Amino acid sequence: MPTLLDKIWELHTVRRLPTGQTQIFIGLHLIHEVTTPQAFAMLRERGLRPAFPDRIFGTMDHIIPTSSLRRPTADPVAEAMITTLEENCREHHIPLYGLGDAHQGIVHVIGPEMGLTQPGMTIACGDSHTSTHGAFGALAFGIGTSQVRDVLASQCLAMDKPKLRRVRFEGRMGPGVTAKDLALAMIRQLGVNGGVGFAYEYTGEAVAGMTMDERMTLCNLSIEGGARMGYVNPDDTTFAFLRGRSHAPSGEAWDRAVAWWRSLASDPGAAIDDECVVDVNRIAPVVTWGTNPGQSVAVDEPIPDPVALPPGERDAALEALQFMGFEAGESVQGRRVDVAFIGSCTNARLSDLRAAADVVRGQRVARHVRGLVVPGSREVQRAAEREGLHTVFEAAGFEWREPGCSLCLGMNDDRLSGAETCASSSNRNFRGRQGSPTGRTLLMSPAMVAAAAVAGKVVDVRRVIPRGGAVQ
Amino acid sequence: MSVSRIVSVAGRGLPLVGDDIDTDRIMPARHLRAITFDGLEQHLFGDDRAHAARDGRIHPVDDPRFAGASLMVVNSNFGCGSSREHAPQGIVRWGIRGIIGESFSEIFFGNAVMLGLPAVTAAPADVAALQAQIEHEPQTPIDLDLTTMRAHAGSLDFPVHLPPAAHDALVTGRWDGLGLLLQDFDQVRKTAAALPYLRDFA
Repeated sequence: MPTLLDKIWELHTVRRLPTGQTQIFIGLHLIHEVTTPQAFAMLRERGLRPAFPDRIFGTMDHIIPTSSLRRPTADPVAEAMITTLEENCREHHIPLYGLGDAHQGIVHVIGPEMGLTQPGMTIACGDSHTSTHGAFGALAFGIGTSQVRDVLASQCLAMDKPKLRRVRFEGRMGPGVTAKDLALAMIRQLGVNGGVGFAYEYTGEAVAGMTMDERMTLCNLSIEGGARMGYVNPDDTTFAFLRGRSHAPSGEAWDRAVAWWRSLASDPGAAIDDECVVDVNRIAPVVTWGTNPGQSVAVDEPIPDPVALPPGERDAALEALQFMGFEAGESVQGRRVDVAFIGSCTNARLSDLRAAADVVRGQRVARHVRGLVVPGSREVQRAAEREGLHTVFEAAGFEWREPGCSLCLGMNDDRLSGAETCASSSNRNFRGRQGSPTGRTLLMSPAMVAAAAVAGKVVDVRRVIPRGGAVQ
Repeated sequence: MSVSRIVSVAGRGLPLVGDDIDTDRIMPARHLRAITFDGLEQHLFGDDRAHAARDGRIHPVDDPRFAGASLMVVNSNFGCGSSREHAPQGIVRWGIRGIIGESFSEIFFGNAVMLGLPAVTAAPADVAALQAQIEHEPQTPIDLDLTTMRAHAGSLDFPVHLPPAAHDALVTGRWDGLGLLLQDFDQVRKTAAALPYLRDFA
């Protein structure tokens, strides 16, 4: 009676290592420009070459500009990193979806989009949000650069099998509530380090009813709760998403694939290490007030007084309040925002852009707000443009950008300046995360960011959209 | 492959008090703009240090009392956030050879071990006592012994922990494990050949 984790782990086990760890085969290795140059250099130093170049796919997302596709890029460092990845991929015959390519985009958006990401795989990438791909019923996790070297050279990693915690999302999402809110509520409940040593298996009525985009958002944020991987058992929603994608099986192979994928789901009586329940009915749109993703409140709930928090959380909460310029007991609603960012591997897929566009359609971004929409991939960008979403955003005063990670981590020119406050659909509100050491990040769903952009301050999106409106 | 055994770390300490110190604080993303790890030590805790200086404080990394420290002493969930190896690379290049903490994020811990940097855990009270001891007497020699799995500093002597595989890798010098992964490559090929998605419907 194994779990999906057990089944995939077993299937990819090469052998038990003398250290006691397991040598695990990696079915899909995704690479990008920022965490790989040193790995290729180490490979070269040792006279090694990639062992399975056809299981490696590259793209560019972290440092690339989102304002222009022109080469060489205005930023010479970006150009050097882009060129290095191009040379490494060329030398080793690794497919690369580079700047301007029709499939380029954030690595965690393009993998699923092209059907590279499939149930039953082990997936590694030098980026902690690789957990996103778990939405398909894969074991997907982030690795460091020395591990990127190991996977390049051997297509394997030395790992300890994680424990499994089932997180059951019981109940239904109300209007204006999104997968982002569920994930942030879960992290607040279980802690930013609650998942260390665990893989999270997401189940329950709310997850069963989620689209793949929503499941990706949920799995994406696993790492913010300390869980290196999180997954959803594959089902008909998964298969419907994958059918017809360029790297997905087709014809007769499709049926064989679906039969196998279906068999991977955790058996009902499988033994697990832990289980907990998140009450979805009680979840409202969430906004972070602090400097880690667990420091959040429902939009209509006051910011907690650190004195009322468990002793271990008090000092951090006090520091966070000070950094963010919030007071205990204050409401997040009404907080003035300077920047509104809709983007990142968490929330820059087509459905996210649609949800945000529904809020801004016919409205104007507040005069003092700089609004940025950065699609997750070229494909998302093109699809959004076919629907005219870019004109909705541009008419409202948002900038419509080229795909990339952009203001999520401020590695390119898209940065906060000084102590600006940013309403952000991204994943981390760490100090300095958005490129300014004193910049302040408020994490929320794309629709909430859109509403904040229009109002010029944090508002409850449920009061902006009509009940039962288009925001999912 | 490397066979440099790491059985102990001795030296002075650097206390870094606070839970959930994330990789964006250890190594802000704009310092990842390079194709090598060279010079990362200059940017270790870059924003926190600048922030402290602006407030008229001295960040522990800039505090002359802790200059030349070999052991960093941290609290819980150290290194949470991004997978960037630049964080432990910066720590090692600054001169740190071991970290004692309440707990570590998983990816950070794995990256540290792969660099031969032991990141051991200890009871919160022991960590707090060690941090206080270093604050009080920065010159206190600290000894982290991976054979006995104990840390010793002044009158303090307490147990520390490492997962068995990490412990084994460090003390046998097999912390750079690529050689192991390449040892039985036939078995790697066999495993790959048996995967339905590579065999049946690729």
